[in-house]
Amino acid sequence: MTTLQASSDELMTVVASRALRNDDVCFVGIGAPSAACNLARATHAPELVLIYESGTLETRPDNLPLSIGDGELCDTALTTVSVPELFGYWLQSGRISKGFLGGAQIDRFANINSTVIGPYDEPMVRLPGGGGAPEIAANCGEVFIIAKHQPRVLVERIDFITSLGHGTGGTARADAGLVTAGPTLLVTDLCMMRPEEDTRELVVSSIHPGSTRGQIQERTGWEVRFAEDVAETPPPTDDELRILRELHERTRRSHAGG
Amino acid sequence: MARIMALPDAVRELVDDRDAVAFEGFTHLIPFAAAHEVIRAGRRDLTLIRMTPDLIYDQLIGAGCVSRLIFSWGGNPGVGSLHRFRDAVERAWPRPLEVEEHSHAAMAAAYQAGASGLPFAVLRGYVGTDLPSVTPTVRSITCPFTGEVLAAVPALTPDVGIVHAQRADRDGNVLIEGIVGVQKEVVLASARSLVTVEEIVDQLSAPSPNSVVLPSWAVDVVVEVPRGAAPSYAHGYYERDNAFYVAWDAISRDREGFLVWMREHVDPNLEPA
Repeated sequence: MTTLQASSDELMTVVASRALRNDDVCFVGIGAPSAACNLARATHAPELVLIYESGTLETRPDNLPLSIGDGELCDTALTTVSVPELFGYWLQSGRISKGFLGGAQIDRFANINSTVIGPYDEPMVRLPGGGGAPEIAANCGEVFIIAKHQPRVLVERIDFITSLGHGTGGTARADAGLVTAGPTLLVTDLCMMRPEEDTRELVVSSIHPGSTRGQIQERTGWEVRFAEDVAETPPPTDDELRILRELHERTRRSHAGG
Repeated sequence: MARIMALPDAVRELVDDRDAVAFEGFTHLIPFAAAHEVIRAGRRDLTLIRMTPDLIYDQLIGAGCVSRLIFSWGGNPGVGSLHRFRDAVERAWPRPLEVEEHSHAAMAAAYQAGASGLPFAVLRGYVGTDLPSVTPTVRSITCPFTGEVLAAVPALTPDVGIVHAQRADRDGNVLIEGIVGVQKEVVLASARSLVTVEEIVDQLSAPSPNSVVLPSWAVDVVVEVPRGAAPSYAHGYYERDNAFYVAWDAISRDREGFLVWMREHVDPNLEPA
């Protein structure tokens, strides 16, 4: 049943949360990915294993952490390991099935820039940088990306490849030596996009309620293509929205505490 | 045997101008009090090393202590930009900042190599990214057994490694709990080390034989600094001040506001230029 009206952020988070399975082991980025992962855990995927780069394995926070290393992540984790152990034994070894990332710029082959806007040596905007993302993108079984659908985000050409998606398309990713699937899903507030079989170009696979093809094209920096059978994304249910809002409300109260 | 000292003396003895200094603590146990002492000591031209520069390096950079930064993620976690870091990179204020940029996996491995006495670290990393083209210390090496080409980065071996921890005993043995990050690795990788602790106690009382403990003979100086990691946190003592991390965005956004805050809370005589 749907009676509640979802904001575009809520819509994006709910759709992204549905992509996670109960048996996934997921390396979680902060922000929108973290909200989607914890919503999944609170709804259809109660046994979803969440790992944050601070070394907290199988953590079950009640609030959304502000940082990847909030105390609650450690308090509610099965165990907490050192950062070298996390990146070595757990990520690099291939034990993590899903990586969930955001990014400042994304191109049609799902390569991600989170380093600089403009030239590296004289940037217009110095972004935070890669952090864990380059190896999350390379070494997780597959990668989901979540981003607002805006022309400055989904761009024709990204200024810097921080995290490799499908490179220049086709077999480029495998040719670079990676055996993992890479990005298999981009969730925005307008639609879902998946890489096309051969070209690995992101094509629209499902349109969210209230969005149109024209709107999607208008807000995409390249000539966007649509899959042959584009689905309509089922709207967020009242349960999904209520649980997400409760999660945000608990988080607001907790972070205001200082 | 670690010496137990007061913070102003310890910082002035261990940290010199032009040193490479790593203040670590992965969101947790960030040694803010020690950094503030470095600012008051007026140190200049430091190379700072840290995976996540965080507010601690935003403050050191804005205070004019830093000429070079080795890092892997330079944001205010969950909030946005580090404005002083950006101002230094984008507009060279208060002085130009040279950066050497890595990924977390590489920096963690490089600390581990440093702690292990190896010259470099090897990892399956940086594949297909632009980072090797802007960071000359990212190279590659071929596995002599399988032929696989892997990334190689030089070991991190700071002149001084500084971390915060929960407690030490009177002999200077140190206990670290919670998110342990690279605390152990950076102390063991550094030529000199300083550990600030919440308290110095008669008995360390490590809760398990597998607790993370740094033996006194592997640490140079221990300093008791209650709340020495605030506004980050010390597991078991106090929580992360998330409201302050959010507030820092406005405090640090422009140069004047930053200086007013720093002069009021850290160093009344601060002159960054």
